[in-house]
Amino acid sequence: MNRIQALFKKKKESVLNIYFTAGHPRLDSLLEIVPALYEAGVDLVEIGMPYSDPLADGETIQASSKIALKNGMHLSLLFEQITQLRETCDIPLILMGYYNQLIQYGIEKFFMDASAAGVDGLIIPDLPLDEYASQLKNQFEKYNLGISFLVTPKTSDARIREAAELSSDFLYIISSSSITGSKSDIEDTQLSYFKRVEELAPDTPRLIGFGIHDKASFDKAAAQANGAIIGSAFIRHLDSIHGLAEASKTFVQNIKGV
Amino acid sequence: MASKYTIDENGFYGKFGGAYIPEMLHHNIDELQKNYVRISNSESFKKDFDQLLKDYVGRPSPLYFAENLSKKYNANIYLKREDLNHTGSHKINNTIGQILLAKELNKKRIIAETGAGQHGVATATVCALMGIDCIVYMGAIDIERQAANVSRMKMLGAEVRPALSGSQTLKDATNEAIRDWINNPEDTHYIIGSVVGPHPYPDMVAKFQSVISAEMKIQLEEQTGRNYPDYILACVGGGSNAAGAFYHFLNNADVQFYLAEAAGKGIDTGHSAATSILGSEGIIHGARTLLMQTEDGQIIEPYSISAGLDYPGIGPLHAHLIDSNRAEVFPVTDEEALDAALMLTRTEGIIPALETAHAFSILDKMDIEPKSIVVVNVSGRGDKDLPTYKSHFNF
Ligand SMILES: Cc1ncc(COP(=O)(O)O)c(C=O)c1O
Repeated sequence: MNRIQALFKKKKESVLNIYFTAGHPRLDSLLEIVPALYEAGVDLVEIGMPYSDPLADGETIQASSKIALKNGMHLSLLFEQITQLRETCDIPLILMGYYNQLIQYGIEKFFMDASAAGVDGLIIPDLPLDEYASQLKNQFEKYNLGISFLVTPKTSDARIREAAELSSDFLYIISSSSITGSKSDIEDTQLSYFKRVEELAPDTPRLIGFGIHDKASFDKAAAQANGAIIGSAFIRHLDSIHGLAEASKTFVQNIKGV
Repeated sequence: MASKYTIDENGFYGKFGGAYIPEMLHHNIDELQKNYVRISNSESFKKDFDQLLKDYVGRPSPLYFAENLSKKYNANIYLKREDLNHTGSHKINNTIGQILLAKELNKKRIIAETGAGQHGVATATVCALMGIDCIVYMGAIDIERQAANVSRMKMLGAEVRPALSGSQTLKDATNEAIRDWINNPEDTHYIIGSVVGPHPYPDMVAKFQSVISAEMKIQLEEQTGRNYPDYILACVGGGSNAAGAFYHFLNNADVQFYLAEAAGKGIDTGHSAATSILGSEGIIHGARTLLMQTEDGQIIEPYSISAGLDYPGIGPLHAHLIDSNRAEVFPVTDEEALDAALMLTRTEGIIPALETAHAFSILDKMDIEPKSIVVVNVSGRGDKDLPTYKSHFNF
């Protein structure tokens, strides 16, 4: 069992997952950000592996990826930073990135190095379900890495079931049909979609993401699943406030209302 | 009969192709995968498609025996005149097909990416014809270097949105179009301009462009008494004009396929778009294919003087043809392409697009069997490139 699976065994409500891009705003920022998030009570951290062509991401994450790459972030450095982080920080960690990054690094080598560094799970939005099931599932299991697949309001019932079954960490419920970063609030029409996912995947942990940006939207989304994911809003907050640790802490405090 | 060069049931040519897309695109891609064959094989579609190609585009495009060129190279050189199509390139064959498909799928809004602006113009044209809203994404740099086509698109009623990310060229315009589609999943159809992108685009676009080789077969039979050539030469950006020119000869081993890739300032200069030479296997715009990338899988920003070839990937069909030695690739530099453009113009009185000029440069690089039959696909005309020609040749 990895740390993410262990987390969902004991915590079923208001799980807070924070996303940011590795190497942004500075090359080694994650060494400051993750411990601060951990101390502030974040349950799960999702680290973006910056990519030149992040198709599924909106402007905020694109911009942060560009800066991270300019700063010199690359995968072996990221694994070194995570190894160092793990000396003091036991928080569940996910890497999010694009399939091409794994292919170029070497898929088996990627699993080996990620696992050795202390990564718990992966999110790869452009990895097809069937390719995972037929070619990669065994290797994920061999390296004790989990995976989370995405569903959208347009995903069919059968496909939601399949994605839930294959998701060994949690099911990533995209709140609306859009790329990350849009700021709209959760609307009542989305509630029936969240209900539908719950009915189709009652036994899979579920987190809702995309567009969640403050306490109100977090609470509303988290109530419809086991918790929620915040990305772009956190990155914007990091950009606007001086001091990464302080910014991380205040952001989480705002979301938690403490 | 199943061919080695057609897609399998998952949209792969050998190991290349497929649909590596985020879930947000799944619904739209699935809808296309499930419907494109049925719709494009239907009698009513075929009737409309053929009619528009004939009366609106002006097909069949001539196959012209280029006597002066033939003397120069001691071969029988024929030019397939896609430059004479309405809007000035092969791109319109595909946009006619896709707009009919979009109508059948009840889509109300069209998006497209464009590099040289030829595909953007061809898309804006069919949208004007059908009365459908059109948004074209174009790299900010390309908006500058292909200004004439930007004006054409605007006159046709399309909105041209600059892609400001990355290298601000074709790759980034494609990213922006895909993001638009993710954000507009209900009423929008994305008309991709080449044999790139997730399945079913490579196969669908190749089928719409295959009219080029279908006509070639008939025209060669009429003019030479044999319905196939020895060589077909075409430039390759994503590869749609080449795919169309090769299509009906893919299984004829007597026909050799030569592709011209944009080498930019030279393949070793760091300013190139020679994907098959500089690239490696990976994923770009939803397809597994060859692309230019770093060891860490970051996509490299390519360079070519020709906006239509300035793309770091290549369609999966071509990756497969190259990988299985069915097609041969010739890198052509900016300088060589410019020289070939002037050579063709002065030899035959035909000003080619800069993209197309790359294909003519192969004539200087290949060993031509004397008297063999060579078809060069003239993918487009050079009007849009006159500012470049003018400044280079000091007219
Ligand atoms: C005249 C012309 N030829 C060729 C191309 C390259 O595209 P493809 O490789 O898909 O034929 C373009 C693209 O803009 C073009 O305008």
